[in-house]
Amino acid sequence: MRPINLSVQVTLKILLIIHLLSVNFVCAEAKQAVNIAYLTQEQKAPPPLSNLDAFIPNKGVLGAELAIDDNNTTGQFTGQQFVLKKFIVPLDGNVVDTFNKEVGDQYPYVVVNLPADFINKIADLPAAKQKLLFDVATVDDALRNEQCRSNVRHILPNRAMRADALAQYMMKKRWNKWFLVIGATEEDHLFADALRRAAKRFGMKIVEEKNWEHTYDARRTAQSDVAVFTQVDDYDVLVVADEQGQFGEYLEYRTWNARPVIGTQGLVATAWHRTHEQWGAVQIQNRFKDQAGRWMEEQDYAAYLAVRAIGEAATRTKSNDINRLKDYMLSDAFALQGYKGNPLSFRSWDGQLRQPVLLAAPRSLVAVAPIEGFLHPKTELDTLGYDQPESTCKWSK
Amino acid sequence: MKKNILGLCLTVALAGAAQAETVFVTLEKDNALAVVDPVAGKLIKTVEIGQRPRGIAISPDNKLLYVATSDDNTIKIIDAETLKEIGRLPSGEDPETFALNPAGDRLYVSNEDDSQVTVIDISHKKAVKQIKVGVEPEGITASPDNLWVASASETTNMVHWIDTKTNAIVENTLVDPRPRALGFTADSQQLWVTSEMAGTLMILDVKTKQIIKTVKFDVQGVTADKIQPVGVVIDKDRKRGYVALGPANRVAVINAQTFEVEKYLLVGQRVWNLAFSPDQKRLYTTNGTSNDISLIDLEAQTVTKSIGVGTYPWGVAVKP
Repeated sequence: MRPINLSVQVTLKILLIIHLLSVNFVCAEAKQAVNIAYLTQEQKAPPPLSNLDAFIPNKGVLGAELAIDDNNTTGQFTGQQFVLKKFIVPLDGNVVDTFNKEVGDQYPYVVVNLPADFINKIADLPAAKQKLLFDVATVDDALRNEQCRSNVRHILPNRAMRADALAQYMMKKRWNKWFLVIGATEEDHLFADALRRAAKRFGMKIVEEKNWEHTYDARRTAQSDVAVFTQVDDYDVLVVADEQGQFGEYLEYRTWNARPVIGTQGLVATAWHRTHEQWGAVQIQNRFKDQAGRWMEEQDYAAYLAVRAIGEAATRTKSNDINRLKDYMLSDAFALQGYKGNPLSFRSWDGQLRQPVLLAAPRSLVAVAPIEGFLHPKTELDTLGYDQPESTCKWSK
Repeated sequence: MKKNILGLCLTVALAGAAQAETVFVTLEKDNALAVVDPVAGKLIKTVEIGQRPRGIAISPDNKLLYVATSDDNTIKIIDAETLKEIGRLPSGEDPETFALNPAGDRLYVSNEDDSQVTVIDISHKKAVKQIKVGVEPEGITASPDNLWVASASETTNMVHWIDTKTNAIVENTLVDPRPRALGFTADSQQLWVTSEMAGTLMILDVKTKQIIKTVKFDVQGVTADKIQPVGVVIDKDRKRGYVALGPANRVAVINAQTFEVEKYLLVGQRVWNLAFSPDQKRLYTTNGTSNDISLIDLEAQTVTKSIGVGTYPWGVAVKP
């Protein structure tokens, strides 16, 4: 081969590089973009109830980040690019303003990690009409019923689903007589309502019901209050509604009669738990822990599922169009893998994600609801929560 | 000495009567390998093998066993006679499933947590390539004609077609959620893929890489969520295929021409992986939670034996 002079060589190389760059550029251009916003507000650390569990300020967002990575791993084979843009409103900020001014039209999908009060404030904004919101934080039954909105999907199991899961387990154990103990917050009363509904649905009996009005001081509560408080007529199981965990932890082992504790403490109903390792769950537990440096919490799991649901719908429809994805997600074809055995899907009547509910003790997974034997003509998953005939949600797609 | 000779004679006599093959089963929770004489229906012995053994394969000349000891982060090479470790392969982290190519000189390992497949040159004990695949790759298999390696990623829900000449992905097929295991037909024309979550078996045409048939499993008296298809094998003549249905505790028998499910055979609990006897007259199943293997007589299409082996039997390989 004849030697080529240096300048020609350099020119050739430059041309080659330009050529390669332009090819890359074209490839990047050709990628279909699916833009997802993540909206949350900073939280004030609550007064510590215990030194055991540190306050976690970033619940949710790390799940969304893991899911974006998973979506993009898939996207490299399908020519889709998923983008997650985080909008974290400061403590003294205004969520509605941020939504209106910053979460623009380029973000049709919004993962919303905000308290129940905010969901419809956002959903009813004109700017939200052409968007699909994924509520990854609330467990509110009303938001899935009379207050439901057609542009909102709810990822976490609501209170009714949790109460039904607990009730199914108690029924299986024949713990038919419940002693219901209710905390002071509004949320505690909402969960108590869900428990009453579950008791009725599954033929359980609430033989005693009391509001916790004692102190929240660990030492005093543990020593005397619980024993006195629990001297009631005979019951099989103490069912507690204390969502913030202000006193529920002190009930176990301290009741007057030796009885199990179930509800928000003791045996709890949850979407996700660190003891869960079946159906490939151990893999996502590990992947999450590697990335986040802590265990996956419920909101992380919910945000993961929300972003994965968008990914799954975009991959299967080969589209980023909101109406196509929305239709697909509500169709029978949609099957989201959520590491809980059954494929997950959305209930067409209220936008709630249909899913198994884990029943977990602090260090062991006790059962997964729906419990075997609870049957349903369509899917056993709909034995949990508000089934179509019971739903008071009235939105047309 | 006399006793030994007598024992030897007896073994030889038995062997003559019904080709005594050896079945090796990895025991995930015992950190051991079970050695089974299936014809006698007996566990011969259990040998320590390493931390959390799962995937297992035997070399084409039947002299070497490859065992993924997941928590040791390696694939061990074991002498199939002495059962002594003679080497280790650089599998990457937490190896679980892998495929041995027909020539027996390459191993393809799924690295679940890193979303990649590692290609290992066995004779040099070297990783020669890492191929980026979808999220949580699990099932992997090499085609008998040596042209393809198919890798299934559980969260991406895809089968990745890896060209064995270039070790690059040339095509991807979207499949039902949580694809678990895959197997080529002996003629390399079809790829059978199981979906754990949809409870289905998909038949893919190797030429077009498209799904040509989806078989939905439906076992009377078993709820749909318990039907979690995992291991899949197809006989040499492509007459029948067999799919392990996990916690449904059944093996589905599928007509490989019509794709009808002919029957469901009740085996042990959480049936996971499958292997034929060398003459393909028997099928062995590992049953994860009943701690045994089942032996299926394929001529009679019945389960004839279950043999207790140890805790969490996972993979199975057969030596003639």
